[in-house]
Amino acid sequence: MLKIVRERWRQGHRTGKFPREAPVLPERFRGLPRIEASRCPEGCRECLAACPYGAVTAGEEGLALDMGRCLFCAECAAACPHGALAFSTDYRLASRTREGLRVDTGGYSPAAALEARMKKLFGRSLKLRQVSAGGCNACEADVNVLSTLVFDLGRFGVQFVASPRHADGLLVTGPVTKNMKSALLATYAAVPEPKLVIASGACALGGGPFRDASEQHNGIGDLLPVDLYIPGCPPHPYTTLDGLLRLLGRL
Amino acid sequence: MSKGNLSTAVKNGAGCLLAEVPLLGYGEYAEGLLAEVSAGNRVAACFGHAGEEGLEIFAVVARDWQGDLALLRTRIGERFASLTPRCPQLQVFEREIAEQFGVVPEGHPWFKPVRFHQSWREGKDAWGRKSNRHPVPGKMDFYRVEGEEVHEVAVGPVHAGVIEPGHFRFQCHGERVMHLEVSLGYQHRGVERLLAAGPHATTSHQVETAAGDTTIGHMIAYCQAVEALAGVAPSPRADRIRSIALELERLANHVGDLGALAGDVGFLPTASFCGRLRGDFLNMSAALCGSRFGRGLVRPGGCGFDLDPALAGDLRGRLETAAREVRGAVNLFFDSPSVLSRLEGTGKVTAEVAEELGLVGVAAKASALVRDSRLHHPQGAYRDSFDSVIIEDGGDVFARAHVRRREITASLDIVRELLSRLPGGELRVPVGPLRPSALAVSLAEGWRGEIVHVAMTDETGRFSRYKIVDPSFHNWSGLAMALRNEQISDFPLCNKSFNLSYCGFDL
Repeated sequence: MLKIVRERWRQGHRTGKFPREAPVLPERFRGLPRIEASRCPEGCRECLAACPYGAVTAGEEGLALDMGRCLFCAECAAACPHGALAFSTDYRLASRTREGLRVDTGGYSPAAALEARMKKLFGRSLKLRQVSAGGCNACEADVNVLSTLVFDLGRFGVQFVASPRHADGLLVTGPVTKNMKSALLATYAAVPEPKLVIASGACALGGGPFRDASEQHNGIGDLLPVDLYIPGCPPHPYTTLDGLLRLLGRL
Repeated sequence: MSKGNLSTAVKNGAGCLLAEVPLLGYGEYAEGLLAEVSAGNRVAACFGHAGEEGLEIFAVVARDWQGDLALLRTRIGERFASLTPRCPQLQVFEREIAEQFGVVPEGHPWFKPVRFHQSWREGKDAWGRKSNRHPVPGKMDFYRVEGEEVHEVAVGPVHAGVIEPGHFRFQCHGERVMHLEVSLGYQHRGVERLLAAGPHATTSHQVETAAGDTTIGHMIAYCQAVEALAGVAPSPRADRIRSIALELERLANHVGDLGALAGDVGFLPTASFCGRLRGDFLNMSAALCGSRFGRGLVRPGGCGFDLDPALAGDLRGRLETAAREVRGAVNLFFDSPSVLSRLEGTGKVTAEVAEELGLVGVAAKASALVRDSRLHHPQGAYRDSFDSVIIEDGGDVFARAHVRRREITASLDIVRELLSRLPGGELRVPVGPLRPSALAVSLAEGWRGEIVHVAMTDETGRFSRYKIVDPSFHNWSGLAMALRNEQISDFPLCNKSFNLSYCGFDL
């Protein structure tokens, strides 16, 4: 017992000060893309060719990046000789809508809060059931980490629970493999109404590195109504935490 | 060439022309393979390849104490004689070949689907299922024990925690588990088929997510295979950065696993300390390449990110702090009698069973098998420096936990050493076209154990077949055996002591 107390004292208090203080992410972290379409010379398509997932587009409205397809590998930025495209260390990426994941020169607007009724129901207590539907265990691991003492998700009233019957919503990872589709839909059906769905990670948003492969469904977009999209491969825990708190109107 | 030219031998990270691997009659192949195994060697990979003149089977036998890999090759028709009854470690490999190509291994004692996908050869199904419909996962004949007081417990695919899906079927007598059957495939994304005809622009990302918690391990195996086929070698500097990342991956996962084991036995101090410390190692990987899981770091020809002296100094400092705190957290765990009484004697796998099943990695080392590709088949920075494998002889949950504890100490030493002197050299060398009609075998010791990649090219130098063997492919059978005669309530503890990958198995 004394040993435990001594070790506890040695390890110290390690819970982060988020959201009171912004977290410091490593310099090489690849977060929110910054786009300056004015730097693009006429007809340049270097960045588009560098992305095999079609995340970068250059239409009439200029250069844009769809974070719903992006793996944040930054190959597009490396391919751009004009500095029109770069990745910042801003970890705030979540959006309430699929279209909101599109970043252009105008930037992006952070996720909005739930509407009043849902916010009243879930704002102070949200229980989520996580379903991995073909996730590679990176998304799952960085969701799990939210329950450790560094992030301490419980202090915000958010908790992952064992049964969908006890849950207010689902947090889904993975591209939804053919073999997990029915289990995912059954789990969704088992969550009592009203319920939320959160798509977490590039795979759940749009199939990620497996986009258009035959054994998966390009994420949950066509299968379930999504209330929050969290980009990343995998999303940084602070990206997820930021998204959840914005959804609940706590930021 | 060896053993009367039955096989060709290659080293880890080396290749040969396909024509150099002799095509054997099935009988010759079978005898050659069984002779290798009875000489104390083990099957690292065994897979089918649709050749122009019919389906071929390739077997890669790891001859650990000779430090090389024997390649055997044969051609089969629609049916072939199963070797599993004489060589149990082939059991999943033969089922995989059957599922992928719709051929039947006759006399296979445990003939069930592995991943529940449609056969790669249209119209052929080893189980005679309708070929126009996707198979239903988990639909197979489970092993059943009959009896008045026998009951069956089915768990999954969706589990209680934040983990990957899989289905477990227990045959129980009261609390006692007589048999556990593991049925997977829910995570199947079709990785091997996606890699065929590559390398594509998506290939690195798909290999990185084959088992996402082993990004570095799988990428090192992939890059070694590509580099062997392209005839280039990464610089010693790039080799060292790769090894630093591989050991950081091992540290993060081993520390996390000890924390999770502590959580499963209700010892919360270590559970919460290690939960945080795991993140400290992930953050070191993120300092190196921006991703906590090492995404983008290892690339064919070298590394995507450099390690300058300032960053090396920073990592050294963080490593020492984490090392001190891990030591405190882990010692607390192993010094508590209440913890030890839960770990010792639980979930035992004997050395004989481990050897028969061909276990690798932590699970093998905990059952006294000396199996570590860093020692037997060293590549890159391990070539001159890695000289001892950590083993335990208990085969129980304690042994698997203790292998991790000791590997943490060893990995810390390796990272310290690697960080202390980084040689110069190109970060990334250009990789040209791949050698046509060739084959390369590549092994890397990930944190779970040996990762095997085999790349084969066609006459244009594209992949005609890409085979991945995650350590979990061998080790799930080890978990099933560990549960025999255990209490069903000890399943979470046993499962965590293996901590296997679902998607690495399902691919």
